[in-house]
Amino acid sequence: MAIPWREDADRALAEAKESEKPLILDFTAAPM
Amino acid sequence: MYPNPHVESFINENFIPARFHVKTHPDAMARFGVDWTPTILILDSDGQERHRIEGFLPKDDFLAQVMLGRAQVAFKKGRYEDAESRYREIVARLPGTDAAAEALYWAGVSRYKATADAAALKQTAEAFKTQHTDSAWAKKASVWS
Repeated sequence: MAIPWREDADRALAEAKESEKPLILDFTAAPM
Repeated sequence: MYPNPHVESFINENFIPARFHVKTHPDAMARFGVDWTPTILILDSDGQERHRIEGFLPKDDFLAQVMLGRAQVAFKKGRYEDAESRYREIVARLPGTDAAAEALYWAGVSRYKATADAAALKQTAEAFKTQHTDSAWAKKASVWS
């Protein structure tokens, strides 16, 4: 089950607020 | 830690996930005060940071930290029964992790917050006499015995 990572912080924050779900933000230097 | 079915499942069920690469998203790193990778932030639905994981962790330790972050979100929202349940799940499922000791401590605090019964703190101190005895959290709980 792949994780559907978002890449737009503002959109992710808005989605979290609307859905009332917390966010997990992954900051990485690994190949994406 | 990715791909791992337990980690992926927990993230998909509990979070809106976002990922930022150090080279392509330096703006996001500055915005959230991230100076090193890997760093994981757990924010509540209002965007308030509730947990930060810096540096690599093996799978179980990583999952336990992510679960801890989810529990912290519930705790900070004042949902103490939900928080306690989440903390105790870490203690039960991932007892060999550093996060389990922290979770045991906060489970006791959550029960106290939910019930105003100081016995919850005393029971937590007692639990630390046989679990995670060398942890910093055992020292913090020792004042309750």
